[in-house]
Amino acid sequence: MGDIIKLVGKRLGLGLLILLIISIIIFFMVELLPGDIAQAVLGQGATAENLKALRTKMGLDDPAIVRYLAWLADAVTFDFGRSIVTDEKVTTIIGERFANTLFLAAYAAVIAVPVSIILGVVVALLRNSVFDKVANVVTLSFISSPEFFLGYILILYFSVKWGIFPSIASLSDSMSFWELLNRTFLPALTLVLVVMAHMMRMTRAAIINLLASPYIEMAKLKGAPPWKVIVKHALPNAWAPIINVIALNLAYLITGVVLVEVVFVYPGIGQALVDAVSKRDFPVVQACCLIFAATFILLNLAADVGAILTNPRLRHPK
Amino acid sequence: MTNAKDQVLLDRLAEAARSGSISRRSFMNTAMAAGITSTAATGLWTSSAKAEPSRGGTFRLGAHDGNTSDTHDPGTYVTFSMIQVAHTYRAYLTLIEPDGSLGPDVASEWSATPDAKEWTFVINDKATFHSGKKVTANDVIASMNHHRGDETTSAAKALLSDVEDITDNGDGSVTFVLGAGNADLPWLMTDYHLPIVPANEDGTANWQSGDGCGPYKLDNAEFGVRYSFSRHDDWHLDGAYFDAVEIIVLNDPNARQTALVTGDVDAVTQIELKTLALLQRDPNIAIDNVPSAAAITMPMLCDVDPFTNVDVRNALKLSVNRQELIDKIAFGAATIGNDFHHSPAMPYWPEDIPQREYDPDEAKSLLKKAGMEDLTVNISVADSVFSGAVDMCVLYAEHAKAAGITINVSREPNDGYYSDVWLKKPWCAVQWGARPTPDVMYSLAYKDDAAWNESHWQNERFNVLLRQAKAELDNDKRAEMYAEMAMLARNDGGTVIPFFPNFVYARRTNVQHGENLAASWQMDGARACSRWWFEA
Repeated sequence: MGDIIKLVGKRLGLGLLILLIISIIIFFMVELLPGDIAQAVLGQGATAENLKALRTKMGLDDPAIVRYLAWLADAVTFDFGRSIVTDEKVTTIIGERFANTLFLAAYAAVIAVPVSIILGVVVALLRNSVFDKVANVVTLSFISSPEFFLGYILILYFSVKWGIFPSIASLSDSMSFWELLNRTFLPALTLVLVVMAHMMRMTRAAIINLLASPYIEMAKLKGAPPWKVIVKHALPNAWAPIINVIALNLAYLITGVVLVEVVFVYPGIGQALVDAVSKRDFPVVQACCLIFAATFILLNLAADVGAILTNPRLRHPK
Repeated sequence: MTNAKDQVLLDRLAEAARSGSISRRSFMNTAMAAGITSTAATGLWTSSAKAEPSRGGTFRLGAHDGNTSDTHDPGTYVTFSMIQVAHTYRAYLTLIEPDGSLGPDVASEWSATPDAKEWTFVINDKATFHSGKKVTANDVIASMNHHRGDETTSAAKALLSDVEDITDNGDGSVTFVLGAGNADLPWLMTDYHLPIVPANEDGTANWQSGDGCGPYKLDNAEFGVRYSFSRHDDWHLDGAYFDAVEIIVLNDPNARQTALVTGDVDAVTQIELKTLALLQRDPNIAIDNVPSAAAITMPMLCDVDPFTNVDVRNALKLSVNRQELIDKIAFGAATIGNDFHHSPAMPYWPEDIPQREYDPDEAKSLLKKAGMEDLTVNISVADSVFSGAVDMCVLYAEHAKAAGITINVSREPNDGYYSDVWLKKPWCAVQWGARPTPDVMYSLAYKDDAAWNESHWQNERFNVLLRQAKAELDNDKRAEMYAEMAMLARNDGGTVIPFFPNFVYARRTNVQHGENLAASWQMDGARACSRWWFEA
C-alpha cells in the first residue's frame, strides 16, 4: 500500500510541474494570437484613444513576462485573478459552468460505462456472431461521425420529428432534477454514443486476448458455463486496459465537449473557453486549460492506480 | 402550397389582410382559389389580419451572437444579443419608431437653436427606473458623461465628441451644447451605447447594478447564456405586452432554427439564408424579411495603386453583377447597392440616382483609358464578414473576368480580421451595421479625417457638403445635399457597395407584431420584446 501512496505523491508532484509548463505555453500562445484584447472588447466601434484607455485600464501596458509572473504569484495561492474583459472573478465565471460540464460528463459516464462494459462482455461471449458484427459496425459508425453531426441527427429525430426531448439544453435554476435529466438527455446521449465504441471494443479485445490462456481452458474443462468463464475468470484479469480506456474517455467527456455544447446550447466550460479565446481573456483561458490539463493528469493517475489495485502482481512487486 | 406562384399570391393576400384592405370573406375565397383548405385559410387569416395587441405570456427570444464576456457596461456593448437585451431593460432618450421616424422615449420632446448647436431634451416625468427612482437630469448627464472625457473606454466616444457640455436646466430638461452644429443629435441618442442609467452620488454612471428604465426589469442575467425579465409596470411608454421575457443566447444557427421549429423559443434572430426557403414551408413559422441600413462594402484604398486612378475604381464598380450576388449570395434578401453608403431604409434617401449596372464593356474602355488593361488586383475577405462573403468575392472575380480584370480572392483568418485586414489591406470586404442617418455613416467612414475612412477617400466637395448638411435643420435642403454627396461617392469614391442585406428573422405564428418593423436592428429595432404580443 505504501508503494501506491509514494506513486501517487510522485505523480502529483510531476503533475504540478506539467501544469506549470502548460500555463507558460498557454500564456505565450494567447500572446501570439493576432489581434488585440481592447480591439476585441470594443469591436468595430473603437477609436485609437479609447483603445489606449482600455489597454491601460486592463493593465496591458506591462511587458508580457511581468503580467505572467504576476498571474503566477496569485495562482500558487489558488487566486486565479479576474477576467481582463469583465473584471469578474475567474472562479465565478468558470465555477458554475465547470459544474455544468461535470454534470453532463457524469450523466454520460453513468450511462456509457456500464452499457459499454456489459456490451463488451456480451460481444466477447458471442464473438464473430452476427450480433458482434452489428454491434461493432454500429458503435464504430457513431465514433467515426463528428459529434455535431450525431447531435443534429438526434435532434432531428428525437425533438423535431418525434418531439420526445427538447432540442436545446438551456438550464435554469428553477428546474427539478428530472426536468434537468430530460433537458440534458440528448447531449448526454450524443456523448455516450461517441465514447461507447472505444470502451466496448477494448473490453472485447482484452477478454478475447485472455481466452487462449491455459487457465481459461482449465475453467472450460471443469465445466463452467461460457458467461461464467468470461465474467469470473477472464474479466478480472482484463481490467487494467479497460480502466485505462475508461479513464481516457472520461477525460474526453470533460475536455472534448465544446461541439456538443454548441449544438445543444449547453452552458458548459467549453463554450466559456471559446468565448475567452476570442476575446484574448488570458486569465479565463488559462484557468480553463489548467482545469482540462488537471483532469487529464488526475484521470491518468486514477487509471494507473486502478490498474495496480486490480492486479495482484503489481500490488505486490518483488 | 409548394408552388412558388401560389406562395407569392398568399403572401400578397396576407399583406392585404394585415393592412386591412381586404375583407375576411374575399380573403377566404381567394385563398381557397389558390388551393389551400378552408381550415388553413382560417388560420392564415387569424395570423395575418390586423389584431389588437393582447397582454400576457412569457416571450422567449433566441438571440445570436452572445459572449460570456458581455457586461452591463453600455460603453462596451458589442454583441448583437446584448443589443437585444439592452433595448429590453434599458431605455434611450429617443427611439426609432416602426415606420422609421424618430420618436420620444425617455425624452418626451426636444428642440434646437437655429444653428443646431444647442439641443434641449425634456425628460418624460413618468420615466422611472426599476428601483422605483424617477429619471432625473442628473441620471441623463451621468449616462452621457460615461462616454465622454479622456478616461472613457466607451466605444461611443466618437459619437459624442462634438458635445462640449451637458447642463441641467433645473426644470426637468437637459441641454447639450455642441462645438459644431449637428442636426442629427436626437437621432444619435438612439445609439445602443447610450441608454439612461442611474447616477451615483459623485455624478458617475451606475451601470454595474443592471438597473434601467426600459420596459422590462432584468431579474437574472447569465451573460452569454440567458437573461430573464419581468414587466416594469411603471414603464413610461405604451406596449410591453408580455408578462415576462426570456432572451436565450443561441449562437449556432441550426440550434436557433431547431429551437424555433420545436417551439422551445417563440422567435429567433438571424435566420440562415441558405435554409430560408425550407423554413418558410413550416406553417407554424412566420419569417420577417426587413430591408435594412446595414451594408456590405468593399473599400479600396484610394491612395494605393492602382486604386489611385478613379477610372480603375469605376471599372471595378462596373464589373460586378449586383443582382446575381443578391440572388445567389443573399438568396434575394437584400436591397441593391449603388456605391454610396446610404440605404433606402435611412432618412433622406435620394431616389433619382441612376442604378449602376453590370457593364464589362464600359469597364474595359475605362481601363483602356487608364492604360491598365489586364488589371490584376487582390481582394481580402474572411468567412466571418458575413455568411457567404468568400463566395461573394469569388463570384465577383468571375464577373470581372468579362472586363479583362483578374481578381485574386485572398481568404484571411476570421480571428482579428478587423484589426489586421480592414483599413490595412488595399481592398477588402466589410460588413457595416445599420446607422440611423446618412450623416452618422458618412462622418464615420467617408469623412476625410475620420479614423475609419476605410477607403482613404479625399473629396473636397463631399466634405464641404458633409459639414454643411450636418448643421442644416431644413429637411429639403439637407436631402438635396445628401443627393449630391451620393453622386460624388458613387462616381468618385473608392467603395464598391454590392448590396444592403436585409434583416431576416423568424417567429412562431402565434407571435404578432404591428404593421411596420423598424429597420435599425433585427427584431423590430431590437424592441420586439416591448412591441410584439401573443395572439389571444
